[in-house]
Amino acid sequence: MAKLKVVNLLLGFVLVLALLAGCSGGGAISSANKKTDSTSSSSGGSGNVIKVGILHSASGTMAMSETPVRDAELLAIKQINNNGGVLGKKIQPVIEDGASDNATFAEKATKLLEQDKVATVFGCWTSASRKAVKPIFEKDNGLLWYPVQYEGMESSPNIFYTGAAPNQQIVPAVEYMTKKFGKKVFLVGSDYVFPRTANSIIKKQAKALGMKVVGEEYTPLGDTDFATIVNKIKSSKPDYVFNTLNGDSNVAFFKQYRTAGISAKDIPTISVSIAEQEVKGIGASYLEGHYVSWNYYETTDTSANKKFVSAYKKAYGNKRVTDDPIEAGYNAVYLWAKAVKKAESTNVDKVKTAAKGITFDAPEGTVKIDGDNQHLYKQVRVGEIESNGMIKEVWGTKEAIKPDPYLKNYKWAKGLTGVQ
Amino acid sequence: MQELIVQLFNGISLSSILFLSSIGLAITFGLMGVINMAHGEFIMIGAYTTYIVQNIFIDHFPKLFNSYIFFAIVLSFFVASIIGYILERLIISHLYGRIVDSLLVTWGVSLFFQQLARSIFGAPNVSVRMPDYLQRNIHLTNDIVFPNNRIFILIIALICLVLIYILMYRSRYGRNVLAVMQNREMAASLGINTRRVDSLTFAIGSGLAGIAGCAITWIGAIGPTIGTSYIIDSFVAVVAGGAGTIVGTIFGASFIGIGETIFEFLTTSSIGKVLVFTCVIILLQFRPKGLFAVKTRVLDD
Repeated sequence: MAKLKVVNLLLGFVLVLALLAGCSGGGAISSANKKTDSTSSSSGGSGNVIKVGILHSASGTMAMSETPVRDAELLAIKQINNNGGVLGKKIQPVIEDGASDNATFAEKATKLLEQDKVATVFGCWTSASRKAVKPIFEKDNGLLWYPVQYEGMESSPNIFYTGAAPNQQIVPAVEYMTKKFGKKVFLVGSDYVFPRTANSIIKKQAKALGMKVVGEEYTPLGDTDFATIVNKIKSSKPDYVFNTLNGDSNVAFFKQYRTAGISAKDIPTISVSIAEQEVKGIGASYLEGHYVSWNYYETTDTSANKKFVSAYKKAYGNKRVTDDPIEAGYNAVYLWAKAVKKAESTNVDKVKTAAKGITFDAPEGTVKIDGDNQHLYKQVRVGEIESNGMIKEVWGTKEAIKPDPYLKNYKWAKGLTGVQ
Repeated sequence: MQELIVQLFNGISLSSILFLSSIGLAITFGLMGVINMAHGEFIMIGAYTTYIVQNIFIDHFPKLFNSYIFFAIVLSFFVASIIGYILERLIISHLYGRIVDSLLVTWGVSLFFQQLARSIFGAPNVSVRMPDYLQRNIHLTNDIVFPNNRIFILIIALICLVLIYILMYRSRYGRNVLAVMQNREMAASLGINTRRVDSLTFAIGSGLAGIAGCAITWIGAIGPTIGTSYIIDSFVAVVAGGAGTIVGTIFGASFIGIGETIFEFLTTSSIGKVLVFTCVIILLQFRPKGLFAVKTRVLDD
């Protein structure tokens, strides 16, 4: 009898999982789906609209980060449409939900490319989701605009990367902190692709700069107890901490860092996954004085940014903040529209050729598409978090830096490969 | 040596949080034979209650802000237990002894609560500010530092433990609970209103999870899925200690809490978790019902 119960229990679990898979698969059919009935085969739709795909997570753990990016992309589409659209046609977004699940991302990417025949897709956040859709875009010769900083070591002919490459974020961040605080660094990260690759870059760089890595710790995604790691940081006395934690773990880490009696003055940290949006969730009081590295902040002083921030807040409410990935998603739409205008077509190959060298007066300053690797020239900015949750730029490059996803221009980076 | 003392304290602190989050689970499982997958959501309810109380104090009683936590603790308990009571009356009471069904249904309930929280409070995390005195810490020596918030959580856990002990072993209600646990029909025929015992126990168990949620706001993130990050460790603590007993839960929570921090200190965070779970698997090979199994007719058949 007892055995029977265990079997039943297992059966129950399997059933539950099957149900879950069914839900996330079926639940995400968007209303845009229904509008696609009569559109013909020409890429991007026919008649008076050009269809583009938006593929972000609207549910699951990544929803909190991805929905603001989706909103920025929709804002850009609306602005372009209000100014007459592209090639005399309106842009029509087809919104799909990746549901924080890589298999769903792949499934939805296939649907957008093969069924909706969209001209391009704006989407993804995690490196894992990008890697899940990459083969599909390559197979169907689609076009993906990826808006988030990442670990590099990739350059797909079918993806445009509008976030930072490692040489536009991680490498200068290490240089800045080492120069300012000293050579002993402690690495903390979540246990998956991005932090592990980022830290393998940092360790190589550390060797070249004569730095010492006094500790390296990874915690499972979503881990909430950092007492032990904080204790290890304390006893190894680093000059600064390089933080690649993701999601909720950051909240727990910074709260426990603070209550263990370590302030930003004692041991400062620099993070590459915390932007204004995340600061709100962690609480600015725990983060005051710590550092971050990005290409854009809400406070970035350009006239394009003033317009962008006020348009974003007008559309989505005064309490919303803008940050780097949000801005990168916004830029992506404009860059694509410019390329389409130049190519006078939405054909993927023509757009790709036309996109080379295109510039856009973005909120972060002028960005330019690098023809070789389809990343962007971007300015690097190191910022300090202030008590009101905003980030103050404390160091920045004067000019946009050429993207170098494989770190080819750094001797010490020889032998680095991506985690596939 | 100093690090080891701090580490031991961290372990005890983690244990106290686990104890709060799993004791309700242990009692309801022991009493009703219901695996409550929605238990984590009562932690979430407690956490959001704390968030609301904090906001009310910031907006209306800024002078009393430092004492908001006491209201938050009490309110977390009551809000979670009232919702627990309603849930028990409406849904759980139809599931007694049907372990598979209870698992499925409560899991659905848990998804329901998560989505509800997402709709009300939004998907992003919210932040709770601690009063200043909880943000400080006690320096025993230069390197041995105990954060006040963790000491405070430890005290809350101890108070709850004492209250639960009195309630379960020194009161008429507790004797009723134990009687129902051991033999439901017999207890009913002796005049105990088993339905009332069930509802009350479930409400108290949920309320304790609410207190755990309140405590967690001072050390971790507050979001719609906060419950899921604690529920696994809680389940393991209950399974290792033996469902249905307070002693078992204390043991299970300390085992997981101290084990995890010590292993993590000696190895790394990921490996530490693996080692603890390995220990639990080995333990269950020899004591399939956990270390302190309760003698009950509900659980063996």
